Amino acid sequence: MGAQLRVYRQKIKSAQTTKKITRAMELISASRIYKAQQRLAAANPYSRAITRAVSAVATFSNIDHPLTTEPKEIRRSAVVIFTSDRGLAGAFSSNVMKESEQLTQLLREQGKDVSYYLVGRKSVGFFSFRKRAAIRSWTGGTDLPVFTTAQEIAEAVVNAFNLGYEDGGVDEIHLVYNKFVSMISQEPQVVRLLPLEIVEGVSKPEANEVFPLYEFEPDASKVLDALLPVYIESRIFNAMLQSAAAEHAARQKAMKSATENADKLIKNYTRLSNSARQSEITQQISEIVGGADALVDTSDKE
Amino acid sequence: MGQDSVRAKVIMSEKNLRVELVAADRSVWSGDAKMVVAKTVEGEIGLLAGHEPMLAILGSGEVRITLPTGESIKATAADGFISVEHDVVTIFAGQAQLA
Repeated sequence: MGAQLRVYRQKIKSAQTTKKITRAMELISASRIYKAQQRLAAANPYSRAITRAVSAVATFSNIDHPLTTEPKEIRRSAVVIFTSDRGLAGAFSSNVMKESEQLTQLLREQGKDVSYYLVGRKSVGFFSFRKRAAIRSWTGGTDLPVFTTAQEIAEAVVNAFNLGYEDGGVDEIHLVYNKFVSMISQEPQVVRLLPLEIVEGVSKPEANEVFPLYEFEPDASKVLDALLPVYIESRIFNAMLQSAAAEHAARQKAMKSATENADKLIKNYTRLSNSARQSEITQQISEIVGGADALVDTSDKE
Repeated sequence: MGQDSVRAKVIMSEKNLRVELVAADRSVWSGDAKMVVAKTVEGEIGLLAGHEPMLAILGSGEVRITLPTGESIKATAADGFISVEHDVVTIFAGQAQLA
């Protein structure tokens, strides 16, 4: 076998191996999207109940809570970035990072400091490569988020929010994550989490308004005190679940096109190796014919 | 929807509560019930149909749901809230499971 042919055969073999891996990853992701979507749907009743409760308190009482009041001056913002732990998911993590870079630029232009909270190994890698500091990071388990992680993140950011600027606290909190739109589309989202501004279609009541009968136990401000951190937890958990579903969808798409590319490579190399073999055969034949001719010539002379 | 079924719905809603028990990551139980007994931070509270709208902080402990058939379901919930509005009782808790 000629050297050229051997090179092509090797390349075909390597493309075939790659194809097997990418195909397997594609199938795994496809089945996990479904599970991630189910988890997202399963967590829905809880976040809906909380949103409803928050709007009930906002509608039926006139309490000012530190988490809902806009600070006079915003000097430092926290940005929570949700990426994946693993790569091979196309532009999944880089889209979020790009979005957060834009957000950072915007915040800096407004004269605000930015402090980071990172979720997922990819964002941690991004930061350590650029030697930038983050306040805290959470890695592992981005493809199967658990509620306790959401609670940890919520606790960290709410604590930072309650701290004063001088002690390293923040005045607002943004989330950047990939939203699962459909199997083929994931959108990076920037959401301002704190201070809370929108409570679904509810206008803020006047300070001296009389409210319809609505009972709060122990009282409205204590309920709100307890409710808001939980609301934030559930928003963060929702972001994590969205991001997980989007990650699997992005990976499936990326692996599908990788498999198609491998197919294309195999086809091209097969063609090349065929023509290499053919030209080798042609060369051998012409060598034999040439050799025979030479023999005939010499025997004729004798 | 026929008038009869509308009337039937009205009568039913007078008698029964619609109960939803949800944990942070899933819905634990939902259905109709006669009565719900839960523990708030202030003490135990029993809810029947027609209760005024309410939102309370849940103390960790047992939730008892009495079904229209008379059977009762027990669940534990911690770290949550209970809300009542228009005969819909929603118990949403960080952790909740059927006992």
